[in-house]
Amino acid sequence: MRFVLPLGVFGLLVVLLGFGLTQDPKKVPSPLIGKPAPAFDLPLLHNQQVNFSPDDYKGKVWILNVWASWCVSCRAEHKVITKLANMKLVEIVGLNYKDEPQDGTRWLQQFGDPYAHSVLDYEGRAGIDWGVYGVPETFLIGKDGLIKYKHIGPVTDQALKEEVLPAIKALL
Amino acid sequence: MKLLLSIIVFFSLLSPLHAAIETHDFKDAQTEKDYKALIDELRCLVCQNQNLAGSDAPLAKDLRDQAYNMLQQGKSRDEVVEYMVNRYGNFVLYRPPLESDTILLWVGPFALLLIVLIVVMVRIKRTRSVEAPEKQGLENAKHLLEDDANTMDETSDNTGEVK
Repeated sequence: MRFVLPLGVFGLLVVLLGFGLTQDPKKVPSPLIGKPAPAFDLPLLHNQQVNFSPDDYKGKVWILNVWASWCVSCRAEHKVITKLANMKLVEIVGLNYKDEPQDGTRWLQQFGDPYAHSVLDYEGRAGIDWGVYGVPETFLIGKDGLIKYKHIGPVTDQALKEEVLPAIKALL
Repeated sequence: MKLLLSIIVFFSLLSPLHAAIETHDFKDAQTEKDYKALIDELRCLVCQNQNLAGSDAPLAKDLRDQAYNMLQQGKSRDEVVEYMVNRYGNFVLYRPPLESDTILLWVGPFALLLIVLIVVMVRIKRTRSVEAPEKQGLENAKHLLEDDANTMDETSDNTGEVK
């Protein structure tokens, strides 16, 4: 009988700590889900005379993938993004975040270019507006121009299959 | 003199290292105060558990610059905080507002304190109720002893009366 209380407290601690350990503290829930995609008007990486703005994609379901040549996990993610692009479900726009244009261009030449457009966010201002804090990040934008889903960190094969694709299919 | 000169030269050579520290010119003292308070209470998203003031992450620098620019443009502290929260959520605040998902954060410590207080009070009460019968027992023992002494007196009286 005298073991019941300590054992109960211990069990409660195990449950709480177990819950805490299985959460990813690096994931900060985005307040932007369900909000309109923040506007920007930025030059294209390959043709800096031409600008891209999310308004250009109004009425479309599309994906904004934030990446940079200096970002190591973007390389791991790149083949998954390429796979998604090859499915031709939605267009993927790359936001080249705080990167030197020549580095970004070289990176795409080296690994392949899955993006319908690559947008240059040299200053990182669009990144701030989109609440980007850890590259890579992936946003799914619906026909109504609202952000429907956000994936923080590299999209893995598993995340693609279990989260991103179902989210896309729900919108198409 | 030579030593002093070499010390001066040594420290002047060090100074480029300090160039990395940001310098901002503020339009007035209040803006500077607001800026310092802001970067102190806004949280860095990259190196969590650091504030913007203490973080070396590039994003923290960008957000500091953003806060500085907004204040210089005459925006209030609350407007800067709102700007950050709109983008990054309440996570950026070291002092998050009282909402349904932060209620545990705000009430939790007091709830724990209350639980501890209740447990301690129950314990104290229990030890008191343990003491009470002992007191009764002591009382009884005292009575017994007194009775005993009386009877002893009687017996000694009896024995004293030698006929």
